[in-house]
Amino acid sequence: MTALDPRPSVIADRLKKIKKITAVTGWKGGIGKSVTASTLALLLTEKGFKTGLLDLDLTGASCHFILGSGKAFPREDMGLIPPFVHGVKFMSISFFSKGQGVPLRGANVTDAIIEMLAVTLWGELDHLVIDMPPGIGDAALDALKFFPKARILAVTTPSPVARDVLRRSLAVYRAMRVPVAGLVENMSPKGVPYDPRLDAAMGDPEKVLRTVFAKKLGFLTRKLF
Amino acid sequence: MYHLAMHEWALAESVIKAAAEHAAERKMRRVSEVAVVFGELQAIDKEIFPFAMKELAKKHPLMAAARFKIIDEPAAFRCRACSAEFDLKRFRKESDEAEFIHFVPEMAHSFIKCPSCKSPDFEITAGRGVYIRHIKGSK
Repeated sequence: MTALDPRPSVIADRLKKIKKITAVTGWKGGIGKSVTASTLALLLTEKGFKTGLLDLDLTGASCHFILGSGKAFPREDMGLIPPFVHGVKFMSISFFSKGQGVPLRGANVTDAIIEMLAVTLWGELDHLVIDMPPGIGDAALDALKFFPKARILAVTTPSPVARDVLRRSLAVYRAMRVPVAGLVENMSPKGVPYDPRLDAAMGDPEKVLRTVFAKKLGFLTRKLF
Repeated sequence: MYHLAMHEWALAESVIKAAAEHAAERKMRRVSEVAVVFGELQAIDKEIFPFAMKELAKKHPLMAAARFKIIDEPAAFRCRACSAEFDLKRFRKESDEAEFIHFVPEMAHSFIKCPSCKSPDFEITAGRGVYIRHIKGSK
């Protein structure tokens, strides 16, 4: 027989007690995916839902910075138990990178994602929010493969370039039969307006939750809860 | 209990489940041997992992009598920038870096550089982590 990678065999088991999975996507960089994913996880937690947040943007992880995860670290107990950060069960490659860059090619990204999914014990969750990497490369395709129950929350901006990319992304999700649960137009008076207080709130979940950004995001995504 | 604390259990569970599924697909009635490769880079605990596999195998009728053969595979790397080939011997990792690579072997790209050109863009050609080399059983 050829070599057999055993790790994928347990991934579905690791996720079976999660009721709803929301993948926050957007194919352009810098449009606010990570802030949207992190804030959504905080809002869900504030509403009393058992919530997890998985940062799958391995080469550009930033949810730990937004949440101010500090010295939080997974606990070993028959696997890795994600730590609670402001009430959110949080898993990220940032726990293991020592603040350094993570230069990975596609095959390495896939291997790292499989490793994390195989050993992370989420337990029971009402919601898991995934901060997806930009685009539809290896990491995003892996996520859609390993999270067949996931629905998409697409993030865009009023920029015509971002909207054009959004149009193409929605067509791909439709072709892949991945449900799109919602759309957030970030930095837009029609959607979530630019909030100058947001930058100053980074690293402090209490402050993030008090921003106009969080209030508007909570209103726009209320049907996802 | 010391054994309960380690994350090796999660990977051992994947070996048992994958081997049982493989055997069932091939209509084996019992598995006699599973050869498991331990890649040097991940530094799997060689006491806990076999213990965990034996304990977990007891829950699978197909696997209960299986013998587990452990094969050590040295880590080997090839630089994609300058094609140099190298191994782990020359690297002295901090203890926390070794632990992080233990949890996710790809973190080697954050802590190890090509000894010739210092690039982090290298291929792990052997000895990354855990995989199954063969499964033997009877039908």
